[in-house]
Amino acid sequence: MAGVRAGLLRAMGRQVLLLLAVCATGARGLYFHIGETEKRCFIEEIPDETMVIGNYRTQMWDKQKEVFLPSTPGLGMHVEVKDPDGKVVLSRQYGSEGRFTFTSHTPGDHQICLHSNSTRMALFAGGKLRVHLDIQVGEHANNYPEIAAKDKLTELQLRARQLLDQVEQIQKEQDYQRYREERFRLTSESTNQRVLWWSIAQTVILILTGIWQMRHLKSFFEAKKLV
Amino acid sequence: MGSAAPLSASVLLLLLLLLLLRAEQPRGAELTFELPDNAKQCFHEEVEQGVKFSLDYQVITGGHYDVDCYVEDPQGNTIYRETKKQYDSFTYRAEVKGVYQFCFSNEFSTFSHKTVYFDFQVGDEPPILPDMGNRVTALTQMESACVTIHEALKTVIDSQTHYRLREAQDRARAEDLNSRVSYWSIGETIALFVVSFSQVLLLKSFFTEKRPISRAVHS
Repeated sequence: MAGVRAGLLRAMGRQVLLLLAVCATGARGLYFHIGETEKRCFIEEIPDETMVIGNYRTQMWDKQKEVFLPSTPGLGMHVEVKDPDGKVVLSRQYGSEGRFTFTSHTPGDHQICLHSNSTRMALFAGGKLRVHLDIQVGEHANNYPEIAAKDKLTELQLRARQLLDQVEQIQKEQDYQRYREERFRLTSESTNQRVLWWSIAQTVILILTGIWQMRHLKSFFEAKKLV
Repeated sequence: MGSAAPLSASVLLLLLLLLLLRAEQPRGAELTFELPDNAKQCFHEEVEQGVKFSLDYQVITGGHYDVDCYVEDPQGNTIYRETKKQYDSFTYRAEVKGVYQFCFSNEFSTFSHKTVYFDFQVGDEPPILPDMGNRVTALTQMESACVTIHEALKTVIDSQTHYRLREAQDRARAEDLNSRVSYWSIGETIALFVVSFSQVLLLKSFFTEKRPISRAVHS
């Protein structure tokens, strides 16, 4: 009796594992193809102190079977993140499936670049790589079931927490907007100044050149005894 | 044996729930990427049958701020095609289950690379707790107020994104203008010097050689 029950439980356990495995290897959203040494860059314009989480999964093209292999051990992706000043924030090699996180410390355009660093060049020669990518920024990066479990929040409290996170994101974006507008205004004022000074300078140069031309030609013609 | 039956039933229920969660996985992808000149970049996503998806794209920098875009269903039919668009929004209810692909092409441009932003949303937004999706009772007043505020804040965030993209476009143009003013002014000053020098030299060359022309003029 106990042996039959144990056997049944083991069978069910296997079924659950099998189904979980099926769920896990399913497509994870958007994907695109990149070549062997091709570098794909994505730009995220974000305010400061914003967390960005990126998940990716790679699949390699099998030329013989003409399908994409479900998983590719030995294939690595190099992830490089640069902040708006060009400084490298994150530069790491991950496996064929990885997750990278960074928090911005300066507002602006952050560049996330991915390129493959395959260790099996022979197999990969002439092939293409399918990359599933998912980038979540700011409030979308929060894992609410985890927060609910950690802080022991009820459903209503969790909803309120989500609203607070959203409002915080809006506030950060508005601060960033103020900073950008200031930069825009400085650029426009600089253009205004430049147009003014260059116009004056060019008029002065024009007049001086005209005077020089007339003087030079007058002295030339006087020398030639034509005037 | 008696306790195994409800256990297997609950496991089956869990499996069914997992399957349902997989069946309609609402997802969204919002990316900004650089499209080099004479290039095309495609993105693919698997969509279930009957699910509504929307594609929202905008060109941020580059050239005349326009890009070609087309969307194809799993059978290869083009369900949306636009050329030289600055921004657009496209919604479609998937009739066939499969992989839909959307591509952005800059093949008409020879020297300007573009930065394109797109927002691809599939299905509705997932609830923040998995069991919020299958409620049996109606929402309380507090909960429906939370839902209303959440939807309104989502609209605010969306319009902030669009404002940020437009502002990025304008700021890129202003910075471009700023540097152009400098280059053109320097170039014009150099051209001014060159032209005035060559005018004088040319005029002098008319009168330096003793030519029959000048004698013909005098006589």
